[in-house]
Amino acid sequence: MASETHAAVSEHYVGMPQLNFEWFPNQIFWLVVTLVAVFFILNRIAIPRIANVLAERHDTIQRDLEKAEELKQKAVEAEDAYNKALADARIAASQIVAETKAAIQKDLDKAIAKADAEISAKTAEGEVKIKEIRDNATKAVKVVATDTAVAIVDAVMPAASDAKAITAAVTTRLKG
Amino acid sequence: MAAEEAGNGFNIHPMDQFVVKPLFGHGDILWYTPTNVTLWMGITVLVIIALLVLGTRGRAVVPSRSQSIAESIYVFVYKMLEDIAGKEGLKYFPYIFTLFIFILVANILGLIPGAFTTTSHIAVTAVMAMAVFTTVTLIGFYKNGVGFLGLFWISSAPLVLRPILALIEIISYFVRPISHSIRLAGNMMAGHAVIKVFAGFAGALGVFSIFPIVAIMAVYGLEMLVVCIQAYVFAILTCVYLNDALHPGGH
Repeated sequence: MASETHAAVSEHYVGMPQLNFEWFPNQIFWLVVTLVAVFFILNRIAIPRIANVLAERHDTIQRDLEKAEELKQKAVEAEDAYNKALADARIAASQIVAETKAAIQKDLDKAIAKADAEISAKTAEGEVKIKEIRDNATKAVKVVATDTAVAIVDAVMPAASDAKAITAAVTTRLKG
Repeated sequence: MAAEEAGNGFNIHPMDQFVVKPLFGHGDILWYTPTNVTLWMGITVLVIIALLVLGTRGRAVVPSRSQSIAESIYVFVYKMLEDIAGKEGLKYFPYIFTLFIFILVANILGLIPGAFTTTSHIAVTAVMAMAVFTTVTLIGFYKNGVGFLGLFWISSAPLVLRPILALIEIISYFVRPISHSIRLAGNMMAGHAVIKVFAGFAGALGVFSIFPIVAIMAVYGLEMLVVCIQAYVFAILTCVYLNDALHPGGH
């Protein structure tokens, strides 16, 4: 059988090489060696390594997603804070406006009061002066009237010239 | 074949590519003799190392191309096993992965012109199929005890039919390793032999050899598909058998 096979190998093979049982032990032996080698390479090195990488990637993606979620949360918080600050600023601004308005009003009131006081003081002063002038005028009129009356009486009826009586009469007349 | 050789220029020897030869000299092929089987299985191992060990040495979270290929194959087999055999099946992942990657790489390497296709030999596929059959049967009895025989006793069928179904189930169970191994070896052998036959025509037809050459290209493309599908089929059937062993009542 062995010599036949050699002949077949050196020439051309007749029949199916797959059914040559002489080669079976050789093929089976090397197959077992190969499979054991492949199994150890995979089981010891390749599978743990790939499994690690896949797990790590899964973790990384998970972590990144969580981080993104966190950042999103932070952004929402920041927006809220911004809105709150904006509202606070609005309130503060309106308060300041109101305060300023009040202060201005107060100053204004004070100034008006002061002005009023000054005006009334000046008015009073003026009135005093006017009264004085009027009194003076009245007095002057009285003097002039008395003098005139005395002169007229002296000229008309020198006998009835009585200074006191004339003065009293003028005074009475002026009052009336 | 001898007649063709004598008759005209046809020189078609489609089976020569499957001959096991010693690597050194012309001696007898003993069980330990380094042969072309040794050579191509060695190359298979080297390619597997290059792909799955060197390719993943970066351990990058964002993978390189080679790492991406290795991961894709890993995830593909992992998901397949998980889908078919469930969580309990994942314990056997390294074994399934070993079979799948060996068959896949050996099949693809066999497509290199001049290469020796180790998986085209029934001796190789039968050993793997018998290993699967034996392991799965042992796991079935170990996990379920006598309950594993419930696989053959279909409780959803009418009682009268059950013995007949049991007979059919038992026969189909024992045919599994045969179909499992012949499917792979047969596909590999047939495709390579067809290519070789067309190549023989191409050598004899002169200017018309364009037709067999186009046919070779077509068959080669088909074979690209077939070698991957056969590796997948072998692995997925292994998963199915494993699932039967782990969940015999799951009909």
